[in-house]
Amino acid sequence: MTKPPQAPNAPVQPIFELIEVEQVFEVPKPGRPLFSRETVGLRALDGVRLSIRKGTSLAIVGESGSGKSTLLRVLLGLDKPSGGRALYRGKPIGEARARGTDFARDVAMVYQDARGSLDPRMTIGAIIAEPLRHFNIVPPEGETARIAHLLDRVGLPADAAGRFPSGLSGGQVRRVAIARALASEPSVLVADEAVSGLDVSTQAQLLTLLQSLQRDMGLTLAFITHDLGVASYLCEEIAIMYLGRIVENGPTDAVLKAPAHPYSAALRAAAPQFFEPLSRPLPGEIPSPLDLPKGCRFSTRCPAAQADCQTKDPQLGKLGSRRAVACIHPITHA
Amino acid sequence: MTDRTADTAQRPVLTLRDLTVHRGAAKILDRVNLSLGQGETLALVGESGAGKSTIAVAIMRLLGNAKVAGAIELAGEGDLLALTERQMVKLRGQRLSMIFQDAGAALNPSYTVGRQLSTTLRRTQGLSREEARERAVELFTSVGINDPEGRMSAFPHQLSGGMQQRVMVAISLAGSPDLLLADEPTSALDVTIQAQIVRLILTLTRARGASCIFVLHDLALASQSCDRIAVLYAGQVVESGPAHDVLEHHRHPYTQQLKSCVLEIGTKTLTAPEGTVPSHAQMPRGCRFATRCPRALTRCAGEAPPLVPLRANAAGPLDHHIACWNPE
Repeated sequence: MTKPPQAPNAPVQPIFELIEVEQVFEVPKPGRPLFSRETVGLRALDGVRLSIRKGTSLAIVGESGSGKSTLLRVLLGLDKPSGGRALYRGKPIGEARARGTDFARDVAMVYQDARGSLDPRMTIGAIIAEPLRHFNIVPPEGETARIAHLLDRVGLPADAAGRFPSGLSGGQVRRVAIARALASEPSVLVADEAVSGLDVSTQAQLLTLLQSLQRDMGLTLAFITHDLGVASYLCEEIAIMYLGRIVENGPTDAVLKAPAHPYSAALRAAAPQFFEPLSRPLPGEIPSPLDLPKGCRFSTRCPAAQADCQTKDPQLGKLGSRRAVACIHPITHA
Repeated sequence: MTDRTADTAQRPVLTLRDLTVHRGAAKILDRVNLSLGQGETLALVGESGAGKSTIAVAIMRLLGNAKVAGAIELAGEGDLLALTERQMVKLRGQRLSMIFQDAGAALNPSYTVGRQLSTTLRRTQGLSREEARERAVELFTSVGINDPEGRMSAFPHQLSGGMQQRVMVAISLAGSPDLLLADEPTSALDVTIQAQIVRLILTLTRARGASCIFVLHDLALASQSCDRIAVLYAGQVVESGPAHDVLEHHRHPYTQQLKSCVLEIGTKTLTAPEGTVPSHAQMPRGCRFATRCPRALTRCAGEAPPLVPLRANAAGPLDHHIACWNPE
């Protein structure tokens, strides 16, 4: 199932490209009278620019409320962005989804709540057979063998096919969700916190599995996580989000070694490291997206904020050849 | 962390002796022996089902109808298991208190946070209504709640997860306990908020000279915040001692395995361990880790290794201990 390697300098069309994507939800205005219908716009995503190249692995990192999951829904075409363009292989995602089953077959999803995403009344075999039949992946007589193959690929015993989700552990349920996602032979795997809330040894098992799948099958991986250790292990590239914006992106190692945005630096410092003294935490909490700070959105918590940060809203600008940062006074590492 | 083992070895504030807990036929804690010195922080680490939280809840004597055997000795009170429920009620909040994992669920949704804190203050400190209110505002300020006067009348659902956990910290410290039990106080929070809460708990307990037991699943965080670490596996302590000894000079194969699964930034190689924790129905008779252990001997399957000091001239129960027939 390996794909031929790309010529190094060929102009490659990204699998996904987001250009100035905005997602504004109309929500009830806080404190409105009981029968009022007043709403205000909640900017969940604001001017997001991102491209995901074929065969790459991208980590989308940020705290709760930063817009990670909204971004994912736009990528999957579950929500149409209220502004900007979201493209899949050069075509708007909405159109790609409307034109038959190719998009759904090619872009597979592993949901955050793996157990909730599996029908409790279906056996594991039936759960995995569904995409096989829907997309005509194998002739009916080959179905059982393919299910056994998929279960084996994700490290589950073949007899798991006859069991129900309730009979499996948390780690096993996530493996089933991955097997189901792989059943349609996708080239893109999108995962929302696929390893969070698990014990470290189970997490290690799943991460080594995901890494080998990505390498062997040439999968493009978009991985939402809040754990920088996971991002650094699994993903070549990273996009760090804060309040609906990407504040920094680039190759994971370079960004984490020398973060340019003060928020990236703070996230990095907050990640537990053996025997390092506890870092001085960022003050305060993420502001409400209904009441965005003026100027830079991070200025209310930023340890390096200066006067112009409160007035000027920084855009994501290039930093060297492969990185980008949205900060007026980025950290320079001598 | 500073090594304060030497001068505290003589007077542990808490000692667990062969603490064993049965729930039905399942033995969920098996002969746990642990000690904690005055002013120390101890991390209980291990995977889910290891019994970390059970130890904390057992110390509070809140395990309900589970069968608890052994002894929980608190300095000045003797064996907590021998006390009546009435005596125990007096200790909770005054000498022992607990911070729960999910502050949102632990707080009462139908009372304001100010009232919940004041009630605790009036009960444990015998303060009047006005005194309690004043003290509550002070406590809210000390745990870093903005606008403490205004937040007194807020209900838990009006606060963010981080703020709810700060309220929990204030309530748990209201009675100036000597021992604070914190059960995964930050696992539901974002990393930047996690750092705030851990620092807050450490600063406040140290300022009061109180001891603290943290239930954690993050070994790296344990190394940053605790003096001592006890590693649990399937209801047994497999290794315990000063944090540095346990994490840097560990001898138990399970500690090694647990440590190798921790992803730090920049970790590029990861060896995933085989298998899972055995269920209580199929618990091995000998060492509970034997089925997954790379160093298992034939002896390990049949005979459970006792927790013994690593050094012959051990300084006491707070020294480096290990339960293994074939240590690394």
